[in-house]
Amino acid sequence: MWSWLLHRVSGLGILLFLLIHIVDVSLLGFGPAVYDDGIAIFDQVIVRLLSLALVAAVLFHGFNGIRIMVIDFWKRGVAYQALMFVVALVISVVGFLPFAYFILQPVIPFLQTHATSLIR
Amino acid sequence: MIRIATGYGKKPSVGGFETFSWYFFRVSGIVLIFMVIIHLIVMHATTDVACTTYDFVAIRYENPLWRLYDWVLLTLSLLHGMNGLRIVIDDYVHTRGARLALMSTMGVLTLAFFMLGTITLITFPYAPANLGAVCLPH
Repeated sequence: MWSWLLHRVSGLGILLFLLIHIVDVSLLGFGPAVYDDGIAIFDQVIVRLLSLALVAAVLFHGFNGIRIMVIDFWKRGVAYQALMFVVALVISVVGFLPFAYFILQPVIPFLQTHATSLIR
Repeated sequence: MIRIATGYGKKPSVGGFETFSWYFFRVSGIVLIFMVIIHLIVMHATTDVACTTYDFVAIRYENPLWRLYDWVLLTLSLLHGMNGLRIVIDDYVHTRGARLALMSTMGVLTLAFFMLGTITLITFPYAPANLGAVCLPH
């Protein structure tokens, strides 16, 4: 049930981003100044954190999709579905970590300053 | 003949649109896993998102294969995602009028977004001039 719910929610979330993304890419048609203003939004720290949610959703949806196909096409797939859900989660987390590093790396100084100011 | 589940009458068990949809999810899904992960690596890992500017796109789109890649990605992801939304509507909306309204809105939206994306990819100028600094200033 959790895999079904996560698959559905992550899928709808990715679709919402896809529609936004088609619109933001269409700003290319208005020239460099307009398009780069749009890209500047993705450079924001808060949007970088949202990108992490997107990456997590994409990786989980993809790996759980493989699990669904294994259940569909492999005779003994059903017997291993619960184990494969855990495997899909683990692979998603492992795949997520390098992306989290690359996406947050440019804003680490910013995050450090604000984290330390919170602690104080 | 294409049959679409209306929630009324017998559900098509063999053949028809629902079976095609079932296979399409799986076939497009396998292709999308590879294409989306490559897309994420190119846009977030090997290049920081702050460097995916107009000039970055211009350099990339000098190669028509990247335009084709992005068009296949657009088409498959939009159809896969909208087909998913169709299933969700099919699951939760049971009145005939609301189903008709939502399904037709969804169909029009799919076509509109597909056209917007396709026009953007096709009309982007080939090798535009004035390629300067690629990354956004911080």
